[in-house]
Amino acid sequence: MRVVVCVKQVPGTTEVDIDEETGVLKRDGVESKMNPYDLYALETALQIKERRGAELTAVSMGPPQAKAVIREAYMMGFDHGALFSDRKFAGSDVLATSYTISQGIRKLGLPDIVLCGKMTTDGDTAQVGPALAEFLGIPHIANVLSIIEINDKSIVVEMDMPGSVELAEVAFPCLLTVNKGIFQPRLPSYKLKMATKEREIPIYSLGDYEDQDESNYGLNGSPTQVLKIFPPEANANHQIWEDGGDVLIDKLHDKLRELKFI
Amino acid sequence: MASIKVKQIKVDDPQSVSSVCPFNAIDYDGAFKINAGCKMCRLCVKERPDIFEYVECQAPKIDKDSWRGIAVYVEHQEGEIHPVTLELIGKARSMAAKINHPVYAVFVGYDIKEKALELLLYGVDEVFVYDHERLKHFRIEPYTEAMESFINENKPSIVLMGGTTIGRSLAPRTAARFRTGLTADCTILDVQENTDLDQIRPAFGGNIMAHIHTPNHRPQFATVRYKIFDKPEKIAENSGKVTLCKLDCLSFDSKINVLSVRKKEKTKGIEDAEVVVVAGRGIKKESDLEMVYKLAELLEADVACTRPLIEAGWADPRKQIGLSGRTVKPKLLITCGVSGAIQFVAGMQNAETIIAINSDKSAPILKVAHFGLIGDLYEIIPGLCQKIEAVRKYGEPANVL
Ligand SMILES: Cc1cc2nc3c(=O)[nH]c(=O)nc-3n(C[C@H](O)[C@H](O)[C@H](O)COP(=O)(O)OP(=O)(O)OC[C@H]3O[C@@H](n4cnc5c(N)ncnc54)[C@H](O)[C@@H]3O)c2cc1C
Ligand SMILES: Cc1cc2nc3c(=O)[nH]c(=O)nc-3n(C[C@H](O)[C@H](O)[C@H](O)COP(=O)(O)OP(=O)(O)OC[C@H]3O[C@@H](n4cnc5c(N)ncnc54)[C@H](O)[C@@H]3O)c2cc1C
Ligand code: SF4
Repeated sequence: MRVVVCVKQVPGTTEVDIDEETGVLKRDGVESKMNPYDLYALETALQIKERRGAELTAVSMGPPQAKAVIREAYMMGFDHGALFSDRKFAGSDVLATSYTISQGIRKLGLPDIVLCGKMTTDGDTAQVGPALAEFLGIPHIANVLSIIEINDKSIVVEMDMPGSVELAEVAFPCLLTVNKGIFQPRLPSYKLKMATKEREIPIYSLGDYEDQDESNYGLNGSPTQVLKIFPPEANANHQIWEDGGDVLIDKLHDKLRELKFI
Repeated sequence: MASIKVKQIKVDDPQSVSSVCPFNAIDYDGAFKINAGCKMCRLCVKERPDIFEYVECQAPKIDKDSWRGIAVYVEHQEGEIHPVTLELIGKARSMAAKINHPVYAVFVGYDIKEKALELLLYGVDEVFVYDHERLKHFRIEPYTEAMESFINENKPSIVLMGGTTIGRSLAPRTAARFRTGLTADCTILDVQENTDLDQIRPAFGGNIMAHIHTPNHRPQFATVRYKIFDKPEKIAENSGKVTLCKLDCLSFDSKINVLSVRKKEKTKGIEDAEVVVVAGRGIKKESDLEMVYKLAELLEADVACTRPLIEAGWADPRKQIGLSGRTVKPKLLITCGVSGAIQFVAGMQNAETIIAINSDKSAPILKVAHFGLIGDLYEIIPGLCQKIEAVRKYGEPANVL
């Protein structure tokens, strides 16, 4: 059995600030890290490997620095990795990102299971998984809460639905997006870190892909365009009451009365 | 379609140029290069117009006039319509009026024909019903197929879906099938005369807002979470109709087999409360929550908490408001000892009236609140409870003595 897990490198903190005058994001020495939700997908794959035996590959699309997240997967026990990286991938939205990853995965050979995290802490759309499944032409189940059974040709999972929890069986090959908390992710191991230090991380670029039509990648392949980024606005219509003591309590009481809550 | 063009001028401090980009997308190896991390946010162009230039390429223009209508996917559980659907219909109606388009609803499931009539009361012009036993459970392939068929037949300009577990699964899959754009979890939507949808959404955990367009593709997909928009009023006279769609073009094929469905227990959630009192870390110990419950009782309100209190185990996690909790939109929300961190505010900023009690004049919640009360909650809450009770018992204070 082969399992591919998609992991993304995200800024180390979401505490970004915007300079209100220039509209520029203020950041001082922001580091990058693995998208925390992807740790659950990695751990799910490791659990499958421990229960059934499986060959695990971690893949990421991003700049060359994103190798770091593949290396982290190695330190957790992954067998292989691949980075999909090309300047022509720049400016990708969800559609272009999932198409780029789908082409990369096809290059590696379609596995039995593709796993994604629930969402990321930067783009935060939770859409890449389902779109990727569409491009791979395989079924997907989103919001998987737990894995019940792994058979030779299928997997039985619990999925979170708005008003219910459903038990569903899906045939391989398939894609699952897993919820936070499905398993407790393990920490990277020092032993594995040493053992995999020399292990290569192959990089695939557009030239390696089956579809090399540039209009399907990066900004050209992205139907959505970010027009502007700005800080969330504060409520302009507000009053501050500093009267203190009973006056404040009376004022509050009267306001609640006026609004008909008491 | 566009790109960032780089003019390779000599700079003393290439590092400072690279750091302009919040996405680490500007590399320097003797020359500046834009790498795969670029999100086209154009901040580099704004900061260093001497180096970076935004170039627009000619995109194949689509015929926007041949795409008409604003469609809402009807989210439901065995025919019981999720209220986010009505909120989206309300939004669709106000946008459709601006561009003179019809409002559609797409209803996929089993034994739902009767329920479709309900939607007409909210001003939908046409409900398209895909009703078949094999659509009983939400399975991604047949549901995507139904959406595909609807879009091919009706060519809507805009498709809206709830940002629920179903919408977040179906919307990206369908959008990918049409190779078109989808903007996730929008908090503001508006439409331009040329039918382009203005979509505004938070990202980076609510720390920034992004304004997004899908200028050259149709349909334009957007998801919106529950309680972001208002539920519309029923209309007095509806002229809409229900259309039963032909199903012969659907294969219903699925590799997914739903084995069992376990209903989640239906506790009335804080999402449904009209009045919410929120306890924050200004509450010093668990037993002090008593006064918050007391106030809630007097106001017939639900009690919710900020994350630190949930983490301390003082309340059920379903009572958490915020980015990693629930989104609420009550008529009245009173915060007690809540600082107003951006992740908290993301879950409550749409409340109709917000009253904040905080001892610190600089607490960010005071920027969000309509009425900010500076003071000690340990005085204000018991004082207010007393006052409410006294007035209920004896009438206005003038009569008390
Ligand atoms: C402020 C802002 C707002 C944006 N809003 C939108 C929008 O509404 N619609 C849109 O189409 N684009 C949007 N984009 C662009 C979009 O965020 C990114 O292009 C990104 O590729 C989409 O992924 P995500 O981070 O949302 O991932 P999600 O869909 O949240 O990620 C889900 C899972 O997919 C996998 N995954 C995601 N990205 C990668 C990757 N690069 N490599 C490997 N695995 C991955 C991971 O397993 C992850 O857990 C926005 C960008 C910005 C800066
Ligand atoms: C990714 C991420 C997701 C998160 N998601 C959530 C979320 O969903 N929900 C959430 O709530 N948080 C969330 N947080 C945490 C959030 O950042 C804040 O830490 C949290 O909301 C603070 O809770 P608080 O306001 O109760 O506490 P504090 O920030 O400690 O504020 C306490 C406030 O009480 C006031 N106070 C103290 N004593 C008194 C008194 N006697 N009378 C009156 N006022 C008093 C203080 O002035 C202060 O403003 C998230 C954080 C991250 C990083
Ligand atoms: S457009 Fe934005 S993301 Fe792209 S290089 Fe410039 S600053 Fe970075």
